[in-house]
Amino acid sequence: MLAAVKKIARFYIDGFRNMTVGRTLWIIILIKLAVIFAVLRLFFFQPTLQGSNAEERGDEVLQQLTTHNDTVTYE
Amino acid sequence: MNDFLQTVDWSRAQFALTAIYHWLFVPLTLGLSFMIAFMETKYYISGDEFWKRTTKFWMRIFGINFAIGVATGIILEFEFGTNWSNYSHFVGDIFGAPLAIEGIMAFFMESTFIAVMFFGWNKVSKGFHLASTWLTAIGANLSALWILVANAWMQYPTGCTFNLETVRNEMTSFWDVLLSPVAIDKFTHTVTSSFALAAAVVIGISAWYLLRGRERKMARHSIAIASVFGLVFSIVAAFTGDRSGAVVAKYQPMKLAAMEGLYDGEQGAPLTVIGIVRPEEERTSNDDAFYFKIDIPKMLSVMSFRDSEAYVAGINDLLDGNPEQGIMSAEEKMRRGRVAVAELERYKEAKTAGDEEVIAKVRRKFDPDTPEGREFLSEYFAYFGYGYIATPEELVPNVPLLFYSFRVMVGVGTLLILAFALVWWLNRRDRLADKRWLLRCLILLIPLAYLASQAGWIIAEVGRQPWAIQDMMPVSAAASRIGSTSVMVTFFIFLALFTALLAAELSIMFKQIKIGPDNEKR
Repeated sequence: MLAAVKKIARFYIDGFRNMTVGRTLWIIILIKLAVIFAVLRLFFFQPTLQGSNAEERGDEVLQQLTTHNDTVTYE
Repeated sequence: MNDFLQTVDWSRAQFALTAIYHWLFVPLTLGLSFMIAFMETKYYISGDEFWKRTTKFWMRIFGINFAIGVATGIILEFEFGTNWSNYSHFVGDIFGAPLAIEGIMAFFMESTFIAVMFFGWNKVSKGFHLASTWLTAIGANLSALWILVANAWMQYPTGCTFNLETVRNEMTSFWDVLLSPVAIDKFTHTVTSSFALAAAVVIGISAWYLLRGRERKMARHSIAIASVFGLVFSIVAAFTGDRSGAVVAKYQPMKLAAMEGLYDGEQGAPLTVIGIVRPEEERTSNDDAFYFKIDIPKMLSVMSFRDSEAYVAGINDLLDGNPEQGIMSAEEKMRRGRVAVAELERYKEAKTAGDEEVIAKVRRKFDPDTPEGREFLSEYFAYFGYGYIATPEELVPNVPLLFYSFRVMVGVGTLLILAFALVWWLNRRDRLADKRWLLRCLILLIPLAYLASQAGWIIAEVGRQPWAIQDMMPVSAAASRIGSTSVMVTFFIFLALFTALLAAELSIMFKQIKIGPDNEKR
């Protein structure tokens, strides 16, 4: 089992080590993932509904769906 | 325009930007992966190093495209939670299921075998490597299946019931969602047209090599594979597109009417081949909708209902109603929708007041197991989304954008079929390399194929406006009540991020194409 895990790990390590174009691509991927998860997700994309469970979130949506009607005139 | 309407518009713009950007990468991945698998199969069977070299070159192009495109779709899921929270909660049970399957099954399958595909040369057996390449292609296309099933459900919500307690639509039949006619057509049309796009990319890049007098053998063999692949799947895409048109006629008649600029419904309706649409304030009927147009008589009826005398509803029929054709007016749908919204409001007030009697009454109306419930659900709740529509005119999507996008998609699609056939024929006779003007034109096929692919999505998504979910929830009700400034700021962050990533991709891709297949170490 351990040998198999080591073999798989070696497969990936060697693969990454021998990369050429892939190295640049991985840098881009890592920067992109950092921006998406560490910046956008944390600072800009928090879930809007505040309820801690489905029922509370349901009440919130119910509230919004039944008040939209009075205020929205979409153009 | 108040702040909430600005929020809705910025949220739509942001979603459109993210989806358009994401879709720059997906179609090439879907089609190129299968062509690579085919090339590697030739290597596996023949043992010829030429095929290994060719496979590795296209694999590198695939890898660049995959690396830059990967995870851009995740941003769409963030947007659901933040900008479209009402929508997410309202349909999360249904919409979330295919997305979760996509994440768990297809993405992991794809990611695992991609590692073997890139790192496994000379480390795993030839057979295992080949299997990984095929499984990567299948995994990529399975990912697309689940996303497209989710999208199709928004165009044609089926296999669900509304749960009043949780204010959510819940899935009642996975198979109805997966095998809905819209889902089947959306998947087959999207995937086959993506295969055609990928073929255009392979041919375009190969044409560049022929123009430069480089890599002639690889270019010719790549063109041979891509032209057959492209020809077969562009013809299949034409058939699946035709089927999609018939499905749209049945389930989204307003989208079809807007695509055609058809204001007054007709028996034996013609298909407009080309035309120039008049400005919105001048368009009221079929007589004044166009400056000029060229029609094919009865063709729209044939394409929509497979009957040259079938009645195709126009925008005015759908707004004003047409009792003769059994079409309900928009005003009546809006009235019924408001009744459904009012019942929901009554439930909310009763819940707040603790009025169990009213709660029980409203619950019966939403109970599909009682006759009263079935009647309310089919006669009123079926039009729930119309309860948020202020004027019937809101129900008409952008006619010129749809009209021109449809013609761009079909026009380029037809051009691709002709080009694939011509290229296959010339390449087979070894007469393609001499035709420099044609090789230059083939390079231009690449941006044209992307344009057609994006135009297809514009038809699908702009065409269903104002709906986030057809008839069930307009975008104005689906959007979160958040400040427009934050959405606007993230829109521009995305614009900058996406532009930088796209520039990076194109730069790396062009460099690798210039280097060619032999210089793996650069």
